[in-house]
Amino acid sequence: MPAPTITTKIAVPEHAAITPAARTGATTKIAVRNLNFYYGKTQALHEVSLEIPERIVMAFIGPSGCGKSTLLRTLNRMNDVIPATRVEGEVAMDGIDIYRPGTDVVELRRKVGMVFQKSNPFPKSIFDNVAYGLRINRLTSSKAELADRVEQALNDAALWSEVKDRLQTSALSLSGGQQQRLCIARALAVRPEVVLMDEPASALDPIATSKIEELIVDLKQRYTIVIVTHNMQQAARVSDTTAFFLLGKLIEVNSTEKMFTNPTEKLTEDYITGRFG
Amino acid sequence: MRKVDRLRRRRSATMTTLTALCTLVAVGILLIILTYIAMQGISSLSLRFLVDSPRPVGEGGGIGNAISGTLVLLGLSAAIGLPFGIAVGVYLSEFGGGKFGSLVRFLTDTLTGIPSIVTGVFVYTIVVVPLKHFSALAGGIALALIMIPIVARTTEEMIKLVPQSLREGALALGAPQWRTTLGVVIPAAASGIATGAMLAIARISGETAPLLFTAFGSRFFSYYLDQPIASLTVQIYNYAISPYDEWHAQAWAATLVLMTMILSINIIVRIFTRKRF
Repeated sequence: MPAPTITTKIAVPEHAAITPAARTGATTKIAVRNLNFYYGKTQALHEVSLEIPERIVMAFIGPSGCGKSTLLRTLNRMNDVIPATRVEGEVAMDGIDIYRPGTDVVELRRKVGMVFQKSNPFPKSIFDNVAYGLRINRLTSSKAELADRVEQALNDAALWSEVKDRLQTSALSLSGGQQQRLCIARALAVRPEVVLMDEPASALDPIATSKIEELIVDLKQRYTIVIVTHNMQQAARVSDTTAFFLLGKLIEVNSTEKMFTNPTEKLTEDYITGRFG
Repeated sequence: MRKVDRLRRRRSATMTTLTALCTLVAVGILLIILTYIAMQGISSLSLRFLVDSPRPVGEGGGIGNAISGTLVLLGLSAAIGLPFGIAVGVYLSEFGGGKFGSLVRFLTDTLTGIPSIVTGVFVYTIVVVPLKHFSALAGGIALALIMIPIVARTTEEMIKLVPQSLREGALALGAPQWRTTLGVVIPAAASGIATGAMLAIARISGETAPLLFTAFGSRFFSYYLDQPIASLTVQIYNYAISPYDEWHAQAWAATLVLMTMILSINIIVRIFTRKRF
């Protein structure tokens, strides 16, 4: 018997203070419709439908293997690089399906930046890491402009003051938390519209984690952020809306406040209160 | 202490001793060979020996032409073999997942096992016979053919060691596949690829058989690629099988020079490809 499809519109939060962006009549940035995803014969996502409004932080939560990372990676077509994967359904960004034939994947990935679970700085200098996306996409016309954009990105990632005197040293000489913020700076440098974060703080200590979290809250003024996290306190702290996944199905989407105090679905409540997962 | 523990400790100590002994024997034999060559070779070694051409028995003479000839041959074969080998390695690691990839992999492995004299005869028939005389070019091609499979396989292995997360990081910034490979993956594997290239050059600089039918040898200085050219290995071979004690001594000295050359090439490349980041 096919599983029932759960399509939930995002409720406008009652506590407007939590989501100033959502209050100002947020438009939908990304709309996922009836998405199925397969790794070979294994189906990882079942009929997922979800709308992500502009300039909010949306958190994906759920136990390991529930498909939240897979869904995140369909949003910038990062799954394309994994062989034998298949997508059905639609992911519309600004109303245009990114899986339609003829989509410029390179252009898409410039608009949808990504930060990975494990920081992955290139074995280059700090400066060259941040400049990489600008250089390959030819986004700057002069050396001065390039330096400007790099400084700006490092500032946005709250890393500038720590690295401004050693931009030419190896990115690998930075600490774990700094490396992750460098990767955030690298993603921000190309000025994406959406930033995807796949458990960006799971390998960091509490202090580095709180820095990243502050950063995320800061960044939503300008970017739409989707964050996958295993840490429910983190979802509660940084996100405006939360989506809960289980076994490849979207169980519930709601304002984070409602989700953690009075979830609609019994399964969500069980997960959040630690009855499983 | 329990009996099981004692047994385990004793076994561990035995194995440690055994492996240490094997290492000592291997390194020891190498040291003995090196010292023996140095002792035998040093007596005939002089500045004159290094720059002079060969002379008839009793008149001294040197190996200047063979040193320059070997350098020409090595340069030629590196110029042909390295780009080919590295390109094949990149193809195998980045695009060689399918049936064709495994076929290429199997063929390169087979090619590595071909006796070098066979390569010499092959190049003799396809280069020397049509051009109607022995040449440096033919020698370079023969050595390059030996190099290509070695370089290809080490390059492939080194590139496979580059973590997938680095590739994804570049792709997520909107880098096309080819830029990811050229700008991030290959630089990250550069020192490994250079080590592989060095091993291949060290391997071919000791080759004599493929040069006998191709570069042939010469008693004069020559820099013409379409003319026969001297090489250290062929000169060592000719002197070693001669009946004269003077030439035997010169063969030892030439061996010492060849060894020193390989060692210095190795050191120089190591300095240049030192991990900067």
